Formats: sequence, C-alpha cells, structure tokens
Amino acid sequence: MNDGHAKRPGRLAATALALLVVLVFAGLVSAVLALPPTAAGLSADVGAALPRVGTDNPVTATLLAFRGYDTLLEMAVLLLAAVAIRALRHGRLPVMRSGDEILAALARVLVPVMVLVAAYLLAAGLDGPGGAFQAGAIAAAAGVLLVLAGRGLRLLDDGLAVRLGLAVGLLGFVAAGIAGMLVASAFLDYAPGRAATVMTLLEVAVAVSVALTLFEMFVSVLRCPIPGKAADAADRGRR
Amino acid sequence: MSAPLLYALVGVALFCMALHWVIACADPLRRILAVNVMSSGVFLVLVALARRVPGPSPDPVPHAMVITGIVVAVSATALAIVLASRMRSGAAGR
Amino acid sequence: MNATLTGPTLAVLLIVAPLVLAIAAFLAPRFAGRFGFVNAALMPAAAAGLLAAVAESPLSYALGDWGAPLGIRLYADSLSGILLLATAVILACVTVHARGYFARSAIRSSFWPLVLFLHAALNGIFLSADVFNLYVALELLSLAAVALVALGNEAAAVAAAFRYLLASLVASLSYLLGVSLLYHGYGTLDLALLAEPGRHGAFPWAALALMTAGLAIKGALFPVHFWLPRAHAEAPAPVSALLSALVVKAPLYVLLRLWIGPFADVPQAVGELLGLLGCAAILWGSVQALRQERLKLLVAYSTVAQIGYLFLFFPLARATAVLDAVALFVLAHALAKAAMFLAAGNILACLGHDRIKELDRVAGRLPVSLAAFGVAGACLMGMPPSGNFVAKWLLVAAAFESGEWGWSLVVIAGSLLSAGYVFRVVGHAFTPEQAREGGAAISASMSVTPFLLALLALLLGLIAAPLVELVDSPLPGAATVVGR
Repeated sequence: MNDGHAKRPGRLAATALALLVVLVFAGLVSAVLALPPTAAGLSADVGAALPRVGTDNPVTATLLAFRGYDTLLEMAVLLLAAVAIRALRHGRLPVMRSGDEILAALARVLVPVMVLVAAYLLAAGLDGPGGAFQAGAIAAAAGVLLVLAGRGLRLLDDGLAVRLGLAVGLLGFVAAGIAGMLVASAFLDYAPGRAATVMTLLEVAVAVSVALTLFEMFVSVLRCPIPGKAADAADRGRR
Repeated sequence: MSAPLLYALVGVALFCMALHWVIACADPLRRILAVNVMSSGVFLVLVALARRVPGPSPDPVPHAMVITGIVVAVSATALAIVLASRMRSGAAGR
Repeated sequence: MNATLTGPTLAVLLIVAPLVLAIAAFLAPRFAGRFGFVNAALMPAAAAGLLAAVAESPLSYALGDWGAPLGIRLYADSLSGILLLATAVILACVTVHARGYFARSAIRSSFWPLVLFLHAALNGIFLSADVFNLYVALELLSLAAVALVALGNEAAAVAAAFRYLLASLVASLSYLLGVSLLYHGYGTLDLALLAEPGRHGAFPWAALALMTAGLAIKGALFPVHFWLPRAHAEAPAPVSALLSALVVKAPLYVLLRLWIGPFADVPQAVGELLGLLGCAAILWGSVQALRQERLKLLVAYSTVAQIGYLFLFFPLARATAVLDAVALFVLAHALAKAAMFLAAGNILACLGHDRIKELDRVAGRLPVSLAAFGVAGACLMGMPPSGNFVAKWLLVAAAFESGEWGWSLVVIAGSLLSAGYVFRVVGHAFTPEQAREGGAAISASMSVTPFLLALLALLLGLIAAPLVELVDSPLPGAATVVGR
C-alpha cells in the first residue's frame, strides 16, 4: 500500500514539508497585515435590523434569523454525525459503574448546578451573553458526568424519544422555514410580531438537539473500545 | 501592532503548526488533535479580526460563524474518533 | 401555482425535502428505503421544474427576506439547474440499484438517511450564493460521504474513510480561513457582492490560494488526490458511484463559481498552473488505472484522470465555449462513471472479487453489466455521440481558439490511455477460462440501472446543443463573466 503517511517521512520530505509550512505562514502573515486596520464588517447592518427580530443579542439574532439557514444546515450536520456514529459504533455500551464515591458525590453536587446554569444561559441568550449552544454543551456535560458516576443510564435508551430529541433542532428550523414561506414572505422569514416567539422555540429545540448529540457523541466514543490496555482486556473478555 | 492583529497572527501560527502536525504525524489521535488545533486557529483569526470595529462591541457575524464552525468541528471530531477507534479495534481484533 | 413563486419554492423543496426524508428515515428505520424512493421520485421532477424556471433568467432568493449582505441568498442559473437535474437522475438510478445491492445487508437502515443527507448537501451547494454557507454545506457533504465510505465496514474501508475525513477536514479549514480573510477584507460573504469591482483592499491572493487549495483537495486534483482511490474503491458500489459521479464535482462547482465571480481577474499564470496540474492528473491517473489489478481501483484512478480534464477550464477560461465544455464534461463523466461503478459492483457481488485478471467469462454471466461497463468506457474514451466526445471537442476547440493548442494534445493522449484501461477490462471479461460457479445473483434492477446510465451518457451528445445553449444564455446574472 502506498500510504505515504504511515511511514516515517524521509529527511528530504520533512524538509520540504517544513519549508512549505513556513511559506504558508509567511504568506498568511502578510495577508493578515495587509487587511485594513479598522473595518465595520456587518455590525451596522446587524444593529439596524435588530429591532425587527425581537432580541438584543446580535449573535443570537445572526444565528437564528439573519443567517438562520447556516444554522439549519449546521443542525443537519449535527444530526448526520449522530446518525453516522450510531451506524459505525458497534456493541452495547459497557455499563460504567466506576464505583467512585468522589465522582458520585461530585455529580450529586454539580449536576443540578449545571442544569440550572444551562437553563439560565438558554433564557439569557435572547437578550445577552448566552444561547442555545452554550446551554446545550453544559447540559451535555452534566449528562456525561452522570454517566461517568454510573447514573443517568436511562439517557442511553435508543428509543424514539431520544431520536426525536436528536432531530428536533433540524425539524424546528425546517418547520420555521416552511411557516415563513406560508405565513410571511420567504423561507425562514419570521413575521415581525412573532419573531421573538419563533426564536425562543428555536433556541429550545437547538439546545435539546445540541445537548443530546454531544452527549451521544461522548457516550459512543466510550462505547468503542478505548485504545490501549483496557481495550485489549475487553477484547480478550469477549472471545 | 494592535491587539486584534496580534491575536490573528497567533491564530495563523496555530493553523500552520497544526498543519505541519497533521501531515507529519502517523498516529490517528494526534492527527485528530492537530485538526482541532487547526480549527481553533481559524476561529481565533475570525474572532480576533472582528474586534477591528470602531465602536464598543465587536462585529457579531464572525462570532456566529465561529459558533457554527465549532459545532461542525465537534461533529467531525466525533466521527473521526469513532473511525479511529474502529481502526484500532480492527487491527487488534481481526 | 403562482408563477413568481415556482422557482423559490422548488429551490427550497430541493434542499428541504431530502432533509425531511432523512429525518423520517432516521426516526422510522423500517421504512427508510421507502423514504429513499420518495426522494428518488420527487427530486428529478423538482430539479427539472427549477431548470425550466431559471432557463430564462437566474433565480436569486433572499432567505428570511433579509437579502445580502446581512442574510443568505439562494442562487440558481442554468448551470446549477443542470447539475441539480443530473444529481437527481443519478441519485434516482443509484437508489434503485442500492435497494438490490443492500437487500440483505444490515447496513441498509443507516445507508438511507446518510444518502438523503448527501443529496441535501449536494443540492445546497449547487444552490448557495454565500461563501460561508458553502462551507457548512461542503462539511455536510464530506461527513455524509465519509460515513458512507465507512459503511463498507471492513478494516480497509474504515481506514480509507479516516484518511478521506482528515484530508477533507484540512481542506475545509483551508477554505474557511480563506473565507474569513475575504470577510474581514470585504465585509460580505455573498458571491455576487464579492465579485463587485471597486471593493476596497488589494487583490485577495491569500484567500484565493487558501480556498483554491481547499477545494482542490476536496475535488481530488493531482497531487492532492491521494485520498481518493482507496476511498472510492473500498466503499460499497452504490456509494462509490455517488462519490465519483457527484461528490467530487461539488467542490469543483464552487471553485468554478469563485473563478467566474470574485476571482474573475486572476492573472493567467494561476490558471495555467491549475491546468498543468490537470494535465498531470490526466496522465498520472490514466497510467495508474492501467497498472491496477483490481477493477474498482482502476475505475477510481480513472476518476483521478477525468477530474484533470475539468481543470483545463482554468487556463482556457477566456475562450468562448469553455464553460459549456466543462459543464458538459461534468455531466458526461458523472453518468458514465456512475454506470461503471455500479457495473463493477455487480461484478464484485457476483464473483466475490474484482481482480481484473480473473474476470473470466463475466461476459457470459453478467452480459448487461458488462455491456454497461463497455458503453460507459467507450464514452470515457470520447466516442461519438457521447457527451464526452462533444465536451472534448469543445475543449480542443477552446484550446485552439486561445492559441494554446498544447492542451489539446493532453486531451487526446488521455483519451488513448482510457481506451487502454477500458479494453484491458473488457478483454479479460471475454477470456474463455473454465467457469467457477457460486457468487450472488444479480437482480434485474441492479443490471439495468448501470446500463441505463451508460446509455444516457452515450446519448448525451445528441442533446448537447440545447444543453450548451442553456449554459450559455443566463450568465449576465453571475455579475462578471470573463471575456464574454
């Protein structure tokens, strides 16, 4: 097999690579230095359009409204990753009961706080720093902590409810898009009076999908044999 | 040199270093990490340069792009790790 | 339906319907195949409708009614319409074939949602007018493609998928860094606004280099094609067909859009460089194809070679008919290559191997599949009346028109080499060694689909004239077009 990366590269190849990287670096540095020292970007356009979407957080408005189609596709990427990982992992999850008292105690204290923080970030996201992604990531971390402590195994169910949760972000965006076509003037156009409601619902849907997918990703990686001794032991146990 | 430019140059440096690693390394896990460092470099460039706005708050559009980019990068990383561990288990088991 | 609504509705439908069907296939795996068939039935009609709608004037649709530069636009002209239609037709044929191919396989429930996501990503790319949105759509495409390769499930397939994933991630990040430089230099992500002359800032050399490099890796241009042969050969046959026919074309389409849009005034030397790499790809890919011992690897290396032809666009970009030639070439190669991979998949499924030297008496056992392979191969060589013949003719004409007839020599050499590797396969298939029994039965639908695709590729040349007219007409909407 002519796998150039599997072998150790020769000295000539290593020098050539280093030279190439240095050249790329030099080119990029000069490109960054050539940029105008100040640039307004689209901040003025975003600021002018903010009143039409019913949120004070320009990043949230960009994510859910102005560039909502990007977020729609991003939800598709997230769901696709979940589908792919489910297809490629094999075997059931080795049920983790670490029996680690400290971890369990930590989970008891931290998980409620993390859920609270996630809920706060979700609620705050419409008007200030925060948002669905941050909230979802923290909620996923709470789930991971629970699983590591040997609890929360119900979250690992493969039922329709979990699959719906994985898909709800994309479903929400598609529904909002089509509703925009029917009720307002374009795909993903939120009618001015309803924009705040639509975006709140979207925030919740995105947060649920992000949380469940990130959790699922972590669990799936655990589900795969971990490289090293543990994996070898597990392999031997299976045979 | 202004702070945004300095941070952007750090991002460029991260990008290039990681580019070197992803090509030169053979170990799958290191290469996955290198790709992640590369994406951090790109995100740093995006966010740092957004601070060149004259007003008090930075340009929000690159921030939204970075959040989208992070989610995409996480998805790709998860897929890469699952594939990498399949490769390990395939090599050990079969 | 309201005439003004038709175009936007169809454009949205082309993106949203595969996504919704993918979700449905994920939620109800037992019916996943049916959702795939709904998609296969719906998409060609929608794409044909859109092509008819944009034939007169291009479609520009502001999502969320925001408009550029704040929001994202969908954009479709005849070029995108033709590619959308080709995608829908090829995917429909592959759907029919895949139903037989995966009939008894455990992976079929994951195949359908992934392939539906792939279709949504392709349509999203062909319809997008926003460079960052294209990044997200390209990622959707790559992740779907990588996961589909890994469905091959053997160690070799997983390793090939991993390498494919890393290459395409590095490519995406290179593209994204280019996008961020463009945005910070020009304050917009919209293709048409980026193409407006008189925007501040010097020529974005770094962005051009980063984005071109990223798209060239994803499009498998020599010498960054290293990930392609294994990935395309180890994937299940229907997946190989989709990858070679459609997935590598999407980044090339983006590159084309950039070169007739924002980067229209790139100096000629850069185009010449890409053209030289294209020539190297034609020669290297063909020679490698001649040397392969496995059929699917041979077909994969032939893709490396055929991609090279598409890069001849860049040095000849200032000639009149070169965009037509490239569009026609994309179409012709997509049809022929899908046919070849599906036929190779049938041979592999029937014999249990695809070693070229042991293809004894395939001609007797799989006559229709072999005929499909032969006809598709004849198209790749550029036999009239195939689409490849017309495309190559236009390329050669463009080369003479620009006074750079050297490029045409490579076009002809590539055709001769492809004749070599096609005849090598067909020759072995007729060797009268003793027949070995066994192997899986190939259903009628699995035999007919590659033949149908090969026939389409062969007859494409006959409708080339109206197609070329379509590509020619609408380009004023693309803001700046070179030398027209």
